Amino acid sequence: MPPTFTHEFNNASFKGKSFLETGVFIDGKFADGSDKTTIDVINPTTGKVLCEVAEATPKDVDLAVKAAQKAFDTVWGLKAPADRRGIVMNKLADLMEAHLDELAALEALDNGKPFSWAKMTDVNPAIGTIRYFAGWADKIQGKQIPSGEEKLAYTRHEPMGVVGQIIPWNFPLLMLTWKIGPALATGNTIVMKCSEFTPLTALFMCRLSVQAGFPPGVFNLLVGYGETVGAAISSHMDIQKVAFTGSTIVGRKITEAAAKSNLKSVTLELGGKSPNIIFDDCEMEQATNWATFGIFWNQGQVCCAGTRVFVHAKIYDEFLQKFTEKIKNLKVGDPFDNANYQGAQVSQQQYDVPSTVFYSEHFSIDSFCMLQRIMGYIQSGKSEGATCHIGGERHGTEGYFIQPTIFTDCKPDMKIVREEIFGPVGVVIKFDDDEDVIRQANDTTYGLASAIFSQDLNRAINTANRLHAGTVWINSINTADFRVPFGGYKQSGIGRESGEYALNNYTNIKAVHVNLGTKMI
Amino acid sequence: MAQPVKITIPSSGKEISVPTGLFINNEFVPSVDSQETLDAINPATEEVICRVVAASAKDIDVAVAAARKALETTWGKNVDGFERSRLINKLADLIERDQQELAEIETLNNGKPVKIARDFDIGDSVQCLRYYAGWADKITGQSLEVDNKAKIAFTRHDPIGVCGQIIPWNYPIQMWAWKVAPALACGCTIVMKPSELTPLTALKLSELVKEAGFPPGVLNTVPSLGPVGGAALSEHQNVDKVAFTGSTITGRKIMEAASKSNLKKACLHTIPVVISLELGGKSPHLIFESADLDQAANWAALGILYNTGQDCTAGSRVYVQDTIYDKFVALLVSKAKELVVGDGFDPKTTAGPVVSKAQYDRVYGYIESGKKEGAKVILGGEKRSGKGFFIDPTIFTDIRPNMKIVKEEIFGPVLSVGKFKTEEEAISLANDTTYGLGAGLQSSDANQCMRVSTALEAGTVWVNQYNVLNNNVPFGGKHQSGIGRELGSYALEEYTSVKAVHWNFGEKADWPLF
Repeated sequence: MPPTFTHEFNNASFKGKSFLETGVFIDGKFADGSDKTTIDVINPTTGKVLCEVAEATPKDVDLAVKAAQKAFDTVWGLKAPADRRGIVMNKLADLMEAHLDELAALEALDNGKPFSWAKMTDVNPAIGTIRYFAGWADKIQGKQIPSGEEKLAYTRHEPMGVVGQIIPWNFPLLMLTWKIGPALATGNTIVMKCSEFTPLTALFMCRLSVQAGFPPGVFNLLVGYGETVGAAISSHMDIQKVAFTGSTIVGRKITEAAAKSNLKSVTLELGGKSPNIIFDDCEMEQATNWATFGIFWNQGQVCCAGTRVFVHAKIYDEFLQKFTEKIKNLKVGDPFDNANYQGAQVSQQQYDVPSTVFYSEHFSIDSFCMLQRIMGYIQSGKSEGATCHIGGERHGTEGYFIQPTIFTDCKPDMKIVREEIFGPVGVVIKFDDDEDVIRQANDTTYGLASAIFSQDLNRAINTANRLHAGTVWINSINTADFRVPFGGYKQSGIGRESGEYALNNYTNIKAVHVNLGTKMI
Repeated sequence: MAQPVKITIPSSGKEISVPTGLFINNEFVPSVDSQETLDAINPATEEVICRVVAASAKDIDVAVAAARKALETTWGKNVDGFERSRLINKLADLIERDQQELAEIETLNNGKPVKIARDFDIGDSVQCLRYYAGWADKITGQSLEVDNKAKIAFTRHDPIGVCGQIIPWNYPIQMWAWKVAPALACGCTIVMKPSELTPLTALKLSELVKEAGFPPGVLNTVPSLGPVGGAALSEHQNVDKVAFTGSTITGRKIMEAASKSNLKKACLHTIPVVISLELGGKSPHLIFESADLDQAANWAALGILYNTGQDCTAGSRVYVQDTIYDKFVALLVSKAKELVVGDGFDPKTTAGPVVSKAQYDRVYGYIESGKKEGAKVILGGEKRSGKGFFIDPTIFTDIRPNMKIVKEEIFGPVLSVGKFKTEEEAISLANDTTYGLGAGLQSSDANQCMRVSTALEAGTVWVNQYNVLNNNVPFGGKHQSGIGRELGSYALEEYTSVKAVHWNFGEKADWPLF
């Protein structure tokens, strides 16, 4: 049996003892991985090992799929009354609420993000997401379609079956809920792979799922590597659908694997290089606050981060000066010190290991595989001739802390302008023409999000209509909401998460034609 | 007055505390100007259980003012759907926690068996609240592309405002949940008038509303007589909507009062009262020759005898195809005989007494009239001796379309059985009514099921089932059976008003126009 991990928190933010089982979670039970191997979980603030968890391998994927299929065929899906699904999900949310601080503390410990952010922007919306989708469970409505007197036609929105879900390490718990919320509400059963970097809150949720009353096999969790478990899920013949959040490179591999195996349906929520357009009529103080949050929240490990800040020439100097002041005031350090805005990057790999070591032709070890890591990007910006306006160095001597970094004097073809860095690094670019900034904003292979700051709502709405992005924020940024759809244009993804739209990712539509009198001669 | 009283549950001797005051601003209070009380009576023993404060017209004013204040400060547009959802779910949890106690009070005051009150009435109410809790953060409008370069429009579904809700005595808790759940989900505030015959559970539920954490004034409970409290709510200038379940006669009065106050208000340019009504029925139930007769007889028996026939969708006119008539009627009589009418606290009882002396006399009035008009009693029809408003299942045959028992709603366990030859005749008999609430048909011919279900004029049609409702399926009447729909997503429309926002971001106005 895998050991139980216990941790005593004793800091200003949270005091208390937490424990969680570290096994693979299949059919409602924790067990050792099939190959009896383990994965080290690292504390990103120290670089030291926190604990070991059971490593899942493709054999475990097979076991989990069998358990999920059995649950789907007997106790879940079309076999469970819809309101029952909602009741169990609400119960799960109640349990999460009862463990709110503990979940936030585990997230901060494992991911390196500040506890206060974890509580406010991870755990709270995670609870909201589960409650929101619990409410949908008994509202999955088909249509009755008039089709002449002699025919009754209606649609049923049925669950797909066993779905595979692969989630990242930047918002471990929140992304778990974004995935399981709509899948469970619509009656699917789940084989989930969480990131090997941040498995703690997901493992904790396994225990809560049992307490909430989910039948065994409805939710199965595996901690494993992308190239083994991720690949096995994507190519599995009995998984009907795979949903992935992570890098565009891996998203492409998953789509390929789905195409080569059973043509399972795929939804992807991938990377971005989102523009944040600051017009000359913006409210300056607010625009700088939001722009700061847009880049440095969650250490920049945000797929919709507003990392290309376009500032109108008329206000460029003033904006840059104010923005710089804000950034200088950001404190970086211990996630459990409430004064800190920014914690540690999640891993050594993200921090600085050259990508060639980890990026293989198959699956990346890390779902957010970038061709070049954060310190590498900073280096590239400097060597390509951009001005490192602020930051640009490691923070401290221990752990994966990086100074909030801004580049100016950038050219459109620089790597730091074109590629997703996924760290606390942004570029500020001057513009003087509305048409031109829209063109530049859209000049990217990504299309996840965008933001506009302007007091002229005519200008704002006009610009919003013309941006190629799945989300446009006007006078704010990075404020996703579980009631509102989220997803990408272009290479930022396929499908939409959150809101009613997310239900479409997890249902098959069956049209039933009932002949009431047409005779065949 | 207004202090809680202890009432005793006869089966167990258990004492339960029941509030007796008006529930306004999360407090139980006496009337501001009246000493009137209402007697809550146990219909199985005809004894008074306790007395509760009867709201006067002035009390309605106080309750409406409380609801208005809550709407403008702590509820309505001041609270997001997520929080409304959380509170409604909490309320459902509390009702589930107290289901046994609530069921016992319901049985004491309404007469229905405890098991039915707990497992059906309350079980369904809990589910109804949870269902609408789920809608609370999903009240979405539309965004409408008008002109991509110049104009966008969007709709907001705002809460309609202060709602007067007037509920009946046949399902005191369940009708409360049907009304309260969608109104709260949409952000409305409520002045609830339970029936003067069965006020106890509404008061007990009010305690749970407070415990769940709803802000004061969001839900107010004002037991009162219809001509006093009901009338005051219907004609109130500051009530935005009235929802009523009850008789067609009263429904008509409410509409009149609302339209009169409307005219007044129209002059004053204030908000007109919107009404939804869920009224009576004389619902037909057609038995075709291809039906599974045993199942059909079960559904037909349940259709008229469930809740002692005190059901607005009761299948009180059963029409049977001539080829199977004798066989079916014999089967139906044997099923009806299996009903055990008695005290709701006796675990063997499957149907309780009717709710009141007035109802008892009214039902027997119809039975007498049926006999007088020449229909043939093949089961029941005789009074029992002793206390309690018990009525045994009564079945008439040899009916004619113009008899009172065929035309009018009896609201008791009294069934008229007729005969038809063809499908056309069955449809025409079924639709020959001023009502249009429910209708049922039993048939194993799929094409016939579709043809007949399409042809029946009713808000609900059951195919090979009867009287079973689901919280996600709309319910309401055609014709004189009502206006609007309860349950399902449709009920949300009753409690929201749609605001269209036109937003110009590119079009310049020329003036003068030409």
